[in-house]
Amino acid sequence: MDATVVRTGTEGKTWGGGNQPLGASYGKLMMWFFILSDALTFTGFLSAYGFSRFKFMDSWPIADEVFNHFPFLHGVDAPMYYVALMTFILIFSSVTMVLAVDAGHQMKQGKVTTYMFLTIIGGLIFLGSQAWEWSNFISGEYGALKTKGDKILQFVDGEGHRVALKDIAVMHESELTTHTGNTGIWFESGSTVSEYSLESIKEGFAKNENLFIRTLDFDEEGGEKKILSREESQSWLDNNAIGVVEGANLTENEYGPPLFADFFFFITGFHGFHVFSGVIINIIIFFNVILGTYERRGSYEMVEKVGLYWHFVDLVWVFVFTFFYLV
Amino acid sequence: MAHDSTATHQHESNTKRIWQVFAILSVVTIVEVILGIVRPGFLTETSLVGMHLLNWIFIILTLYKAYYIAWAFMHMEHETKGLRRAVVWTGIFLAIYLIFILLTEGDYIYEVYKNGYIAWDF
Repeated sequence: MDATVVRTGTEGKTWGGGNQPLGASYGKLMMWFFILSDALTFTGFLSAYGFSRFKFMDSWPIADEVFNHFPFLHGVDAPMYYVALMTFILIFSSVTMVLAVDAGHQMKQGKVTTYMFLTIIGGLIFLGSQAWEWSNFISGEYGALKTKGDKILQFVDGEGHRVALKDIAVMHESELTTHTGNTGIWFESGSTVSEYSLESIKEGFAKNENLFIRTLDFDEEGGEKKILSREESQSWLDNNAIGVVEGANLTENEYGPPLFADFFFFITGFHGFHVFSGVIINIIIFFNVILGTYERRGSYEMVEKVGLYWHFVDLVWVFVFTFFYLV
Repeated sequence: MAHDSTATHQHESNTKRIWQVFAILSVVTIVEVILGIVRPGFLTETSLVGMHLLNWIFIILTLYKAYYIAWAFMHMEHETKGLRRAVVWTGIFLAIYLIFILLTEGDYIYEVYKNGYIAWDF
């Protein structure tokens, strides 16, 4: 009664079984292939962004003008400083992560604990920064008008500096009010009405000779957005403008094509979700390190695996940073 | 060569290399931010294969950073050739393919919007 043993003739060879041909454990391999598939998801998002941008090449917003806030510096034009800071925070948390992995190789529990803790803090600061960036983007700064053809008209003064709607609008009492539940019998829901009506903007525009409309289109040199003459501005205002846009949401935004805001929310949101899950996983591993789980197990490979994921999040951010803020 | 994660194997510390890579990544990021704010005229005016020279510089610097993150931080340099190629080549091939077809299509639609007979900006 011999046991049925099939011999393949490959015993002892690299792919003959019983060893690790790729020199990595099952868990690490699977983490790598998860990262590969996740990287392809982000590739899909970013190339879709590129697709839409190529489609609207002439009217895409300039990132320097959209993301120019810095905490505690109100009204100061600070293009990219904040997002550069965010990038540093994420790169630095990657450094502390790789230091934790390195300490793990040497079985130094105390050091792993410290570095994991710093990594988690870095991740949390990054998440907070992203929330702040989102809230600035959603609330907007200057406001703009939208046209029948779904274009955006922004206001500038004679020197080309942006002018906010609140400095233009001539306010009257009792114009529009937001419809709420206590004012209607069949009320179910309603959208918030902007503080400024199109009429109040038109009135303010007529009063101030030093106002011009800036379209989304680039000028002939291609570096800056085209500013219309006073007459052209007036005609766009009279014939094409249909409403006021303040800030950004999924259907419209004051910075440019609605797709710009959609991609911003989707890509940075999906990345932020990765950072969030990374922080959660890091916290779980952190507690395991403190409890001595890996000390007993004799290996800190788990730290290495979560490290791979964390570096991947950093890797993705490097690309998001380039394609959203720089290019 | 391969990373052995059993406890019997004592690794020497790589901290020096880690800080070196951090310095490289920081310098490259600072250069990118400075270029992004200044936007030197001669770089934005020269065009190469359908894109500004400046954008090409940004993309090359990004790939340079990505290389260091994957190779040094994710220890790709210590993995076996087979694993490295399975992950990196697959990703790069599919990314290039997708980017190529989507950008070509996007540019085509741009031309239609611009030169077609229907006015899109009414």
